[in-house]
Amino acid sequence: MNLNRYKEALFKPLIDENPITLQILGICSALAVTNNLTVTLVMCVALTSVCAFSNLFISLIRNHIPSSIRIIVQMTIIASLVIVVDELLKAYDYETSKKLSVFVGLIITNCIVMGRAEAFAMKEKPLLSFFDGLGNGLGYSVILIGVATIRELFGAGTLMGYEILPLVSNGGWYMANNLLLLPPSSFIIIGLFIWAIRSYKPSQVEEDDFALSKHQTNEDLTKRELNV
Amino acid sequence: MFEHYLNIFITTVFIENIALSVFLGMCTFLAISKKIDAAIGLGIAVIVVCLITVPLNNLIFNYVLRDGALAWAGLPDTNLEFVELISYIGVIAAAVQILEMFLDKYVPALYNALGVFLPLITVNCAILGASLFMVEKDLMFGESVVYGLGAGFGWAMAIVILAGIREKLKYSDIPEGLKGLGATFIIVGLMSFGFMSFGGISL
Repeated sequence: MNLNRYKEALFKPLIDENPITLQILGICSALAVTNNLTVTLVMCVALTSVCAFSNLFISLIRNHIPSSIRIIVQMTIIASLVIVVDELLKAYDYETSKKLSVFVGLIITNCIVMGRAEAFAMKEKPLLSFFDGLGNGLGYSVILIGVATIRELFGAGTLMGYEILPLVSNGGWYMANNLLLLPPSSFIIIGLFIWAIRSYKPSQVEEDDFALSKHQTNEDLTKRELNV
Repeated sequence: MFEHYLNIFITTVFIENIALSVFLGMCTFLAISKKIDAAIGLGIAVIVVCLITVPLNNLIFNYVLRDGALAWAGLPDTNLEFVELISYIGVIAAAVQILEMFLDKYVPALYNALGVFLPLITVNCAILGASLFMVEKDLMFGESVVYGLGAGFGWAMAIVILAGIREKLKYSDIPEGLKGLGATFIIVGLMSFGFMSFGGISL
């Protein structure tokens, strides 16, 4: 039992190997469900549990899956888990389930779940895979909760429905920024998150396809002329 | 009649563009949009798969899964809607697999061009999303064919536009941390704001 590996599997995906900002996985739902913190939290819990348990189950039977049909087997396991989550949500929180509409179903094709199953659970032990799934789900949640907090707080002045910044329309002082409530703004917020994370961890910066040549100053020119 | 179908097509391509208004298929959209050639190949694959799977899922929903749909088999009280997701994804995975084998045997040129992208499409949420929206909108079979075509076409158009912008962008001087993914996110955000201008139009 090597505790460090479990710790690594759980915490590395939070910032170092974040599924959204580095692995480009699971972005669709990150954009569509983040205008309200409550809905976002439900979505995060749903995704994290599906991801952790699908990793666990797939890892348990990894030695019995023929590699030619592994995608379909993985899909079936993931889809069954998503159906369980979907039915639970419909039973206990119908309002939120309506707001999430097709996005709970789309957890099936959320590439975080699929990607981790394929890249990690097919090779590693069950418990370790469970932690990896949990970690990646949390990495996804961190970004989503960040985006949702910014959008709801500055877009509507509320957090989880409670008023934080009193709006002008209700006699307060805060003028709501309606732009943030529009879905495309979450692209821009995630873009800025990526910028922040990559400034903090420069190793994640992507290589240029083409580097710009250095700017030539007058001094450089005169030096070259002197050489000639 | 023709006008009705044309309306559905235009609405799905522009007003409810599956990539830029509903944000589906974003992972492949962002990851495989560096080159126009690759984007066109992937776009065509998505159009073909959408055109096949959305009507297929429509038939399955209307004749097998829907509440009371099994009346023709003598089971009027069965409601199989809870296995909706698993059957759609099954249909999509099977359709992609069959399409792959068919192209390999009969149209090898197209198979080679699409090659790597076909298996990827199974996990593209644009395809599953199109099927789920088809159910939510309660479309008839004919409408679902047009809807599938429109959804695929809208997605393909968006990824080709993005690839075009990114090809131009690689010569520009972007701050270190924003290079690549960060800048792409912001561009897609701006494109999406642009597509919102179609929002008020009702056909």
